[in-house]
Amino acid sequence: MYKYDQYDQAIVDARVAEFRDQTARRLSGALSEDQFKPLRLKNGLYLQLHAYMLRVAIPYGTLDSRQMRMLGHIARKYDRGYGHFTTRQNIQYNWIKLEQAPDILADLATVEMHAIQTSGESIRNVSSDQYAGAAADEICDPRPWAELIRQATTFHPEFSYLPRKFKIAVTAADEDRAAIRLHDIGLKLVRNDAGELGFEVYIGGGMGRTPFVAPLIRPFLPVDNLFSYCEAALRVWNRWARRDNIHKQRIKILVHDLGQEEFTRQVEVEWQAILANNSDVPRAEFDRIAAFFEPPPFETGLPEDVDRSDPDFAVWLDQNVRAHKAPGYAIVNISLKPTGGIPGDASADQIDLMADLAERYSFDELRVTHAQNIVLPHVKKADLYTLWQALDAAGLASANLDLISDIIACPGLDYCSLANARSIPVAQKIAGRFADLGRQKELGELKLKISGCINACGHHHAGHIGILGVDRKGTENYQLLLGGSGAEDASLAKITGPGFSEDGVVDAVEKATNVYLRERQDGERFVDTYRRVGMEPFKEAIYG
Amino acid sequence: MKILTGNDLPTGAVVWWTGRDWSLHVEDAADVDEQGEAIARAEEGARRVNGPYVIDATATPEGPRPAHIKDRIRALGPTVRTDLTLKPADPNAGSWVI
Repeated sequence: MYKYDQYDQAIVDARVAEFRDQTARRLSGALSEDQFKPLRLKNGLYLQLHAYMLRVAIPYGTLDSRQMRMLGHIARKYDRGYGHFTTRQNIQYNWIKLEQAPDILADLATVEMHAIQTSGESIRNVSSDQYAGAAADEICDPRPWAELIRQATTFHPEFSYLPRKFKIAVTAADEDRAAIRLHDIGLKLVRNDAGELGFEVYIGGGMGRTPFVAPLIRPFLPVDNLFSYCEAALRVWNRWARRDNIHKQRIKILVHDLGQEEFTRQVEVEWQAILANNSDVPRAEFDRIAAFFEPPPFETGLPEDVDRSDPDFAVWLDQNVRAHKAPGYAIVNISLKPTGGIPGDASADQIDLMADLAERYSFDELRVTHAQNIVLPHVKKADLYTLWQALDAAGLASANLDLISDIIACPGLDYCSLANARSIPVAQKIAGRFADLGRQKELGELKLKISGCINACGHHHAGHIGILGVDRKGTENYQLLLGGSGAEDASLAKITGPGFSEDGVVDAVEKATNVYLRERQDGERFVDTYRRVGMEPFKEAIYG
Repeated sequence: MKILTGNDLPTGAVVWWTGRDWSLHVEDAADVDEQGEAIARAEEGARRVNGPYVIDATATPEGPRPAHIKDRIRALGPTVRTDLTLKPADPNAGSWVI
């Protein structure tokens, strides 16, 4: 993984010193809140319902055990003993004191971490496939390009005061595990007929108030032109974005308003002008970055067989372990979705344990997933049983990956000042209703996603089943949506009809699953059946 | 009744105007009637609070109960981590919010 050089470290250290000074001036009264707010947001510090909230960047979700232990340390020393992993592969702390925030950033800087560009109108943390560098189905590791984008856009003056936030994802496999078509720019590495590496470029996707699935803007972009093409797209957006209306400022609105063809034309014109100035990142610089992502020294001749005699282990093995590109290795998913738990939350002790296990069993590497779970990407199959035992003892062996209880949920009204309704209690009740693992497995892959407001941090538009919390005359109310997907078959979920109370929406989810069980044909997932039979049978069961 | 709330500047903790000072406990909140905005400006100017605002509340025998669920959650703490709320041992605290 990438390691800071002296310039990276100097930049981050300088930012810590700058923020320490800004914080001192705020506490002394030299800065008003109106003056200070944009400065703290540039360092990931929000003011939420109960306290300040700090969002720490985890670039493309990759971190090592030293960094993971620092996240545990921060949870223990500065927060209340836990952290919340987010849908942008970051971590948030809910109980931060302003007067301690500079010390936290200083601690993070000692392990090459920061909170820069995790808020505000900037290019946010670049996300990627949580299995990058390990997946059996990828054509290469996409993270060097994600890191290149991160470096080329960090503090870039042209991208420092964008119309709104901007989110980029990079993948390199046909199975889309990073929801690239629901990003401002989604990049998929592909090879053309000549065997050359390039990107499919999708622009104008997103969720929130006005969701769109991004159209394909360029079918093949040579990898060496990645930065110049992204710059051209951002420049066209920066030129025309609706800065007069916060709800219409995202690039998805511009792509929709201009139309795919005209937007593409303008980007191509802008790109040619940029190419004339040769502003792409030099190949040698990419090669320098890529050298940090060389595969770890995998052993050869390892056994492929795994002893499945422990039935609980076998269930977890089938559900949470995925194929690895190196023989004798596997990808392990650690679910942060225990029944009754809070999706994405992990205690400081659990964070420390996952760091220890990564160091011992996974070449010192961990990943955070956009589904709010943790991955150990490189585990010997021979170590799986021992690893599972350690996870199980810490409450981290829920065998529910991609099942109905593997719920994405935003913090909702329990923590978030923007939320209209609570998300977490709904997630807990649904997980409780479907607590029987056999029942969950009978339902198969079922992505359930809950947002506590229209901003859609819980990705409800992309859920096979989505739930949106709204405020109806001061009372929490929940809309049910069906048929969304953030994967390679990306689609937007549709609202079933009138909303429900908290308990009512749990009942409605169960009724929807009953329709699926009744109507499904061989091999169909919930979303496949929905797409085949349409909304009517579900509406009839839910409202009839 | 109308009560005044905000966040403590250095810690971010939710606080309530008691008539003389700021308290962590909503039951200490005083009815600010029409004086809320003026008190808010003065207190924010003196850096004793961050982002103060006036809300509607109902007077009850146990003290003021904010009208909106968002402010009741601010007053108590997250409903999903009762161990972290101001009344972790009170089994009725959750129903007070809802």
